[in-house]
Amino acid sequence: MKWDWNAVSEFMPRFWDGLLVTLEALALGSLLSFTLGLVWALLMRTPSRWVRWPVGVVTEFVRNTPLLVQLFFLFYVLPEWGLTFSALATGVFAIGLHYSTYTMQVYRAGIEAVPAGQWEAATALNLPLRRTWTAVILPQAIRRVVPALGNYVIAMLKDTPMLMVITVLEMLGRARLFSQQHFQFTEPLTVIGVAFVLISYLASLLLRALERRLVR
Amino acid sequence: MSVETSKQPTVTDTHPTELVRLEGVTKRFGDNTVLDGLDLSVEAGRHVTLIGPSGSGKTTILRLLMTLTKPDDGTITVDGERLFPAPEKQVREVRKKIGMVFQQFNLFPNMSVLRNITEAPVQVLGMSRDEAEARARELLDLVGLADKCDARPTRLSGGQQQRVAIARALAMRPRVLLLDEVTSALDPELVAGVLDLLRDIARTTDITMLCVTHEMGFARDISDQVLMFDAGRVIESGPPEKIFSDPERDRTREFLSAVL
Repeated sequence: MKWDWNAVSEFMPRFWDGLLVTLEALALGSLLSFTLGLVWALLMRTPSRWVRWPVGVVTEFVRNTPLLVQLFFLFYVLPEWGLTFSALATGVFAIGLHYSTYTMQVYRAGIEAVPAGQWEAATALNLPLRRTWTAVILPQAIRRVVPALGNYVIAMLKDTPMLMVITVLEMLGRARLFSQQHFQFTEPLTVIGVAFVLISYLASLLLRALERRLVR
Repeated sequence: MSVETSKQPTVTDTHPTELVRLEGVTKRFGDNTVLDGLDLSVEAGRHVTLIGPSGSGKTTILRLLMTLTKPDDGTITVDGERLFPAPEKQVREVRKKIGMVFQQFNLFPNMSVLRNITEAPVQVLGMSRDEAEARARELLDLVGLADKCDARPTRLSGGQQQRVAIARALAMRPRVLLLDEVTSALDPELVAGVLDLLRDIARTTDITMLCVTHEMGFARDISDQVLMFDAGRVIESGPPEKIFSDPERDRTREFLSAVL
């Protein structure tokens, strides 16, 4: 086996296309999982168990079934019900939904870590409940959970290749396609491997900078 | 004796306005009955100190008044309006008359000192931001921290944080100020500054104060009424001179000799 730089340069244009899709799926998936996770966490704190119970069951179900199964389900079953989305949109939704069931736990821990005294001070000042959440509790909770959320971004990055199974041509999809056409596996797989490491590394740098800004 | 010189008692003199009233208040935590059918009445403008061994229910009274916890039985009335039992909307209204300063300060660490003080006046009293800030600056001046407007609370010493917390409570112009062991978490050398400030406020305002403290000197100084608690009941009450120098109950004597 020898290394062929020509294969690398031939692969690169497709690699950039794949990289773009990977980053797009990662960014949108992260955004969705952060938002949905917060929604779940807040719903789980409502006094009504008619809200908590269904949210608990659904999120527990989603967390305990494999992402791969969810991808297949959303991609092949939903159209049968008349709901058709692009492959990428389906992939983003699946990743976002799947990881929201993890981020909700992170938010929950962050919210519970805000000292009881903060709630008590808000009550003593007669702050409305909504204002207490938005101005006092959530800013403190979210600051605490940024590192944990960041770790899920990196986990999501490493799960993006699964989108290949629903025909999304992200980095791995591009590499596989290239390999099948040129019978060269080493170069494209190495390139995307390096790319994954670099993105993870950059993301962790970004995260640390963000942490430093937040934890003052 | 002429009619002109005879002191005609005004209505408020003979029937001082009662500001806080607890009737038959019972509070249990599990099997532990912290307050047992407590009756308590505080007149407007009074400075009342609650003393007694820990676990005797002093802090629970403050927490009940601040609606941080609910009684199992009884009624609580503030300024003639029911605080418990009462619908949430009424609780919100009545609660505006009460402010509290906590042992652990409980400042909002995500806000500047100034925002800590303006947040509630703007959000709850509907004050304009400018007005709230002007007032906050006055209050910070009063508590001796005029230069700390933009500081984060976590950058301040415990004593400074507690003074900001006092300013924050005063910004809501409460009728009653609840002080829950406000110097217990402070380093010894910072205690005096906070106590001096409270003494000033007690002297210069007509705010009613209910304080739980272990600082007997401060209690003697600031209060015009001392309530001695034991096992969820007031076992003795009176002016500080009386309670501290000539208590009637042995239990009070024992407690004072242990803490003084």
